[in-house]
Parts: sequence; C-alpha cells; structure tokens
Amino acid sequence: MDTLLAFFHQHTELIYIVILSIFLGVEVISRVPSVLHTPLMSGANAIHGVVIIGAIIVMGKAEPDNIPALIIGFLAVILGTINVVGGFVVTDRMLEMFKGKKK
Amino acid sequence: MIGSSILSIIYLVGSVTFILGLKMLSRPDTARKGNLVAAAGMLLAILGTIFLYRVNGEPLHNLGWIFAALAIGSIAGVSAARKVKMTAMPEMVSLFNGMGGACAALISIIEFAHYPLMDGMVVIMLLSLVIGAVSCAGSIIAYGKLAGKIKDFSFNGQHIVNLLILGAIVILSVLLFTGLSSAAVTALFYTICALSLVYGVLFVLPIGGADMPVVISLLNSFTGVAAACGGFLYDNPVMLTGGILVGSAGTILTILMCNAMNRSLKNVLIGSFGGATAAAGGGGEQGHYREISLSDTAVVLAYANKVIVVPGYGLAVAQAQHAVHELEKLLEDRGVTVKYAIHPVAGRMPGHMNVLLAEADVPYEKLLEMEDANNELATADAVLILGANDVVNPAAKTNPASPIYGMPILEVENAKAVIVNKRSMKPGYAGIENELFFQPKTSMLFGDARKVLQDLAAAVKEV
Repeated sequence: MDTLLAFFHQHTELIYIVILSIFLGVEVISRVPSVLHTPLMSGANAIHGVVIIGAIIVMGKAEPDNIPALIIGFLAVILGTINVVGGFVVTDRMLEMFKGKKK
Repeated sequence: MIGSSILSIIYLVGSVTFILGLKMLSRPDTARKGNLVAAAGMLLAILGTIFLYRVNGEPLHNLGWIFAALAIGSIAGVSAARKVKMTAMPEMVSLFNGMGGACAALISIIEFAHYPLMDGMVVIMLLSLVIGAVSCAGSIIAYGKLAGKIKDFSFNGQHIVNLLILGAIVILSVLLFTGLSSAAVTALFYTICALSLVYGVLFVLPIGGADMPVVISLLNSFTGVAAACGGFLYDNPVMLTGGILVGSAGTILTILMCNAMNRSLKNVLIGSFGGATAAAGGGGEQGHYREISLSDTAVVLAYANKVIVVPGYGLAVAQAQHAVHELEKLLEDRGVTVKYAIHPVAGRMPGHMNVLLAEADVPYEKLLEMEDANNELATADAVLILGANDVVNPAAKTNPASPIYGMPILEVENAKAVIVNKRSMKPGYAGIENELFFQPKTSMLFGDARKVLQDLAAAVKEV
C-alpha cells in the first residue's frame, strides 16, 4: 500500500495528464461525423505509434555489446516506424480521396 | 542542459499537434491537414529524441542502428501503405496496429531486466507487455480474418478458457513479486508474455469477420494504452498524451461503431449473435422470391427516372465500386438520375462505402446520408441493392424479436421496385432472414456484384 501511495505521489503530474487526456480524447471524438470514423481510426492508429520513442530510447541506452537487447530494440524500432509511417500515409491516402470528390 | 529544455518544448509541441491533429481529423474540411499536423509533430518528437535525449547526461548511442531501423521501417511502411488497395484498408490498419503493440511489448521485454523488482514501474511494464502482446496477436488474427486467410473458429467453453488465461496472467503477475529467484522470475515473465499472445489470438478468433472493424478499433485503443505505459516508464509526456488520447478516443470510437449497429460492445465481443439467431429466424419460413434476368433489370433501370443504389458489404467484397460507377454514368447519359443511399454501417465499418465509392470517383453530391435517402427513396422508380442485407432488413422496424431490432434502416420498400443483387439467398452477417427479399415488389438478381454490374452495363447499352 505504501509503495502504491509513494508511486502515486511521485507521478502526480503524469496521472493528471492521463486523466485530462482521457477526457480530451472523449471530447474530441464525440462530435465526429460517421463518414470520418475510418480515417480517424487510422489517424489515431498512427498517433499511438509514438511508442517508437520508447523503442528509440531503449535502443540508445543499450550497451553496444548487449546483442540480444540490440536485436530486440532494432526490431522494436522497425515495427514502431512501420506503425507511424504506414499509419500516416494510409490515412493521407484515405483523406486524399475525400478531398478529390468534394471538388 | 539547453538540449533537454529544447526537448521538453519539442515534446510539448508534439503533444499539442496530436491533440490538434485529432481535432482536425474530426472535421471533413480540415481532416487531411490534421493528419499532416500530427505527422509533423511525430517527426519532430522522434528527431528530438534521437538527438537531444540524455540518459544520465549521456546522449543515446547506437545511432547507426537506430537510423538503419528507421530507414527499413519507413520504406516498409510507405510501400505497404501505398500499395494496399483501399478496400483492404482495414486489415492494413490492423497490421500497423499489431506492430505498434509488438513494439510496446518488446520495449517491456528489454527494460524488464533493467529495473529492480520492487519498483512500481515493473507493474507498468507488465501492463505494457500484456496489453501490447494481446493487441499484437489480436491484430494479426483480425488482419488474417479480413484478408480471408483465417476462418472463424470457436469451441465450446471458449469464453471460460479465455477467462482462465486472463486469470492466469493476473496470478502469475502477482507471483512475480513474491521474492522468487531471478531465474524463476524470468521464466514467469516470458510465460506471461506467451499467455498474453495466446489470449490475443483466442480473444479475436471467435468474433465474426464482419465485426472485425470494431475489434480493430478496440485493439487500437489497447495499443494506445500500451504506448502510454511507455510514457510512464520514461517519464515522457508526449508518449503519455499520444497514447492516452488514442486509448480514450479509440474506446469512444469503438462504442460509436457499436451504437451505429445498435449492439453493445459486449454483444460484439461475446458474439451472442449465434444464440439469438435461432429465436429470431421466425420458424425459418422461407416465402417465395422472384428472380429477375439481367436484361429485364437493364430495362427497368434504363427506363426509370430515378434509381437509388444501396451499396453494402457485397460491393466491397466484389471490388465492384468502379463497375457501379460505370453503370451509373451510362444511366445518367440516358437521363436517369442515379444516387447512392449510404447507410452509416453499410459494410460494417463507418464510412466504408464512402471511401469505396470515392475511390471510384463517384461525385460527392450523389451520396445520400441515411435520412436524406429515406426521404428520397419514396420518389425512386427503382432501388438497386448491391450486396447489402441487414441495413435494409425491415425486421429492424417490425420484429422486436430480431437481433437488429431498433437499428435504423434504409426504407427501400417505399420505392416502386426493388432489385437485390446478392450472391445467394444466404442471410447477411447477422444471420437472419430478410423478409424484404420475399416481398412482391422485390426481385432478386443473383451473382457476384462486379460481374453482374459489368453485364448490366453492357445490357443497358443495348436497350
């Protein structure tokens, strides 16, 4: 219990960010026309690719002779990059067509 | 010192671009820009991390490896995203999502060795590992299902097995903290990882292929949460905001998708559809239906004043969007007004039909949203239903026992004539009979949507 309280105290700011972000996410999405649901899902998919930053940090921290960590980290960065880059490109392609037909 | 201050500002800017990006993505006129804004923020955050992040005052090493991985990932991501057909888009998103989940799980696997067990961060790591692994395995199964590579599979008591696995994951996680030897802890950790993967597979396997978009949206928000765990781990605000935003927005999006189908999330996940079907079948009484030939259909369409097309999942499966646009142009040339009635969940993914028809350059003004469509359907001489079923099933209005009862539908029976193109008389994904097909106004035109539409276009030319 003490550990839990200490953890909470230590990370109050982060926990605030979490709570506020939850409300923000709900707020932002609730007014979306259904036509945009799919591109939005795809755009959100690209945004959670931000996990790649964690992968980069892991990679950057690994000792150059720690081969397993390097290999796993390398893989993690590749996967994260595909998530980010692919996600944004697919979303853009989707929205490009919406644009085209509006004219 | 200055470097890390700049990095803080970069992360702040990154977080703001994610919020702005999501907000802009939710409006049609700004959506594309919103995507670019978020992408720019992401690029900034990634570059900032590579060059300005400090571990105990030291810059990151292994930059060569990092850039190599970034290059490989970018090339793979861009080429996959460019090559994919728009109709196959949901499975692509699912695959990308799975990779994000895998990335989160891998981070936990490496970091686990670096932290003392009694640290609160280990709990966060476990969370990230479990959620990431479930999301990864689940997304790959969802991809396989949508791509038609994996069949629905369920066995008796599967829900109980799933619950047991989930329980085992929790129990093993608690066991980690009971002061076992480090070898045992490592073994336990990998067991948890393996169980999470198995859970992800079993969680998605029994859910019907047509429900996959809902599942993908849910797994999408899972990965968001896993990414946010990374934010905790590294005290990194941009990962935290990005991850949590997606987590909460994804959850709401999932619920909205379910609402549009008038089903609860629980209903989708547990798939009680199968059970409800028998009761709703109404004794399985299969009235008489009338078939119509291609040439008759061509005559009906060519001499109509107004034709309304109702596209559905069948159109997407047959990749018939270009064919329907061809037919539409031919009819328009003859002076027939052609419009499309778009049900919000036609194709079982919000906006699926819009994307599909947009790919074939169908003009935006021709697409009617459900309400407008229902106002116009009464004035249509003919309705051409292409592979849609549940969204035009009158049982949603008339039969309280039906599982889709209460779902708003396109009231096609108000039109003068209804022509239904389906591959067979098999019921739609909800597994329920559609009495529309047996009404006197309705004629059935069997066949693959694309083939039928191409033949129809040829027949219309000859009328």
